[in-house]
Amino acid sequence: MTSPVGNLFQEQEANRRRTTWLVIGFVLFFAWLGFGGDYVWSLYGGHPFPLLGIVLTVGAIITARVAYQTGPEKVLWSTGAHEVIDPQTDAERQLVNVVEEMSIAAGLPRPRIWIVPDEDPNAFATGHGPGDSHIAVTQGLLRICNREELQAVIGHELGHVKNFDVRLMTMLAALVGAVLLARDGMGRMMGGRGSRFGRVEEEGKKGAGPLLAIVLALWLISWVLAPLVTQLLALAVSRRREYLADDMSAQFTRNPLALASALEKIEGAAAPTTAITSGAAHLCIADPLGRRFTNHEGWLGDVFATHPPMGKRIAILKGMGYAQLKKAAQPQ
Amino acid sequence: MLVLLALAVIVVVWMIAAYNGLISLKNQTVNAFKQIDVQLKRRHDLIPNLVNAVKGAMDFEKSTLEAVIQARNQAVKVNAAGTGPQDVKQISQAENALSGALSRLLVTVERYPELKATGNVGQLQEELTSTENRIAFARQLYNDTATQYNTKQQQFPTTLVAGLAHAERADLWEIEDQAERAVPQVDLTSR
Repeated sequence: MTSPVGNLFQEQEANRRRTTWLVIGFVLFFAWLGFGGDYVWSLYGGHPFPLLGIVLTVGAIITARVAYQTGPEKVLWSTGAHEVIDPQTDAERQLVNVVEEMSIAAGLPRPRIWIVPDEDPNAFATGHGPGDSHIAVTQGLLRICNREELQAVIGHELGHVKNFDVRLMTMLAALVGAVLLARDGMGRMMGGRGSRFGRVEEEGKKGAGPLLAIVLALWLISWVLAPLVTQLLALAVSRRREYLADDMSAQFTRNPLALASALEKIEGAAAPTTAITSGAAHLCIADPLGRRFTNHEGWLGDVFATHPPMGKRIAILKGMGYAQLKKAAQPQ
Repeated sequence: MLVLLALAVIVVVWMIAAYNGLISLKNQTVNAFKQIDVQLKRRHDLIPNLVNAVKGAMDFEKSTLEAVIQARNQAVKVNAAGTGPQDVKQISQAENALSGALSRLLVTVERYPELKATGNVGQLQEELTSTENRIAFARQLYNDTATQYNTKQQQFPTTLVAGLAHAERADLWEIEDQAERAVPQVDLTSR
């Protein structure tokens, strides 16, 4: 295995590239939907000007742009996190200190710090990259982790920040959110318009048929689209990313056993993190949905899990820790 | 002729890339060193507060307190004289002495639970723990970066442009293992 340091530059580049491709794919998909619709319409004798295609493409570009800019805010907002600006309690002061310590170890600017009001231990990072990043932890994590374990968890999240994982992950979450919103909106429009189409059909059959077919097709496709995007999400979130972030945490803290013990504690408190919805699940250190797939390697786990099996992660970290201890114990 | 020209272009491009790589690492090393400096200053500013907070309750531990104050003043002096990575050796010696004195004080404070409970001693302790960690992590980052820089400038073929980039070996920030390990042991026997 190559060292995380050696991988860093390639990983950063790869994540920047993947984010670009994600956006291109998103826009192309909507362009296809739009211009395809125009084509169908023209077959039915509609206007040859590709209005729908232009509108959808421009709409997708604007959506992607807005999703990129507001993604981190939206993710944080959806979890109900509040920012720690002026720490009040001992736990908050410790969290701020630990984040500052770890950003020194990682050689990164200090991220903004958020606390999610949830009793289940979990943590995630979001943002655009090292210059603009956010780290959020749940109250449960602060309650059960000691200082060293907290350091290890924060180190893991900073690993995601340093790798530019956060940019790709946040973009995915924001785009999925936008698509779901569009689907809901489309569904409402259909519900509202249904009766009007009915009326139009009664008044005269001219033109209404193809329009209905197109809207119906669009509606159906967008229904198909949402789970498809979620699948894409599961694929793009390769589980290698989590192993790499674990590795980087060990590199920052020089204490892999602390992360192992933190993961054990998080795993032990298997209650689902209710504040974090499935849209942001792939951002977290441990699967917030408490899905059992997470514990199996194999076909099912490969397709559905956003996170590698916890047991394997812990085993790897312990291996690193014991190797370190053995080296330290050897006489010079 | 064309082949020679192409070869020359390749060599020049490689030289520029290697040179820039070395300069970038050099600046990273200097920057990492500055980070340690920032954290050391933070520690120096924090110590008088801690000493004041525990002074009244620890009259009988005067020697421990005085050792901390002395080590701190010495470290401040050496730090003010030092300017960059070339002074690592002196600064790290003074700071290691301070680390030893400080951890002795922290262990002593541990023995007075009523002291920890009163006022802001607990908070100060957290600040000091954090400062010690920051220094350790800043040191770690500096050592990692400096090692990368040292390795790069010695490796072939980058070593050919090392002179051009004025690359010199950066000293690592040594930790005196013995001093740091001895501290808790001393305390255990005195208990």
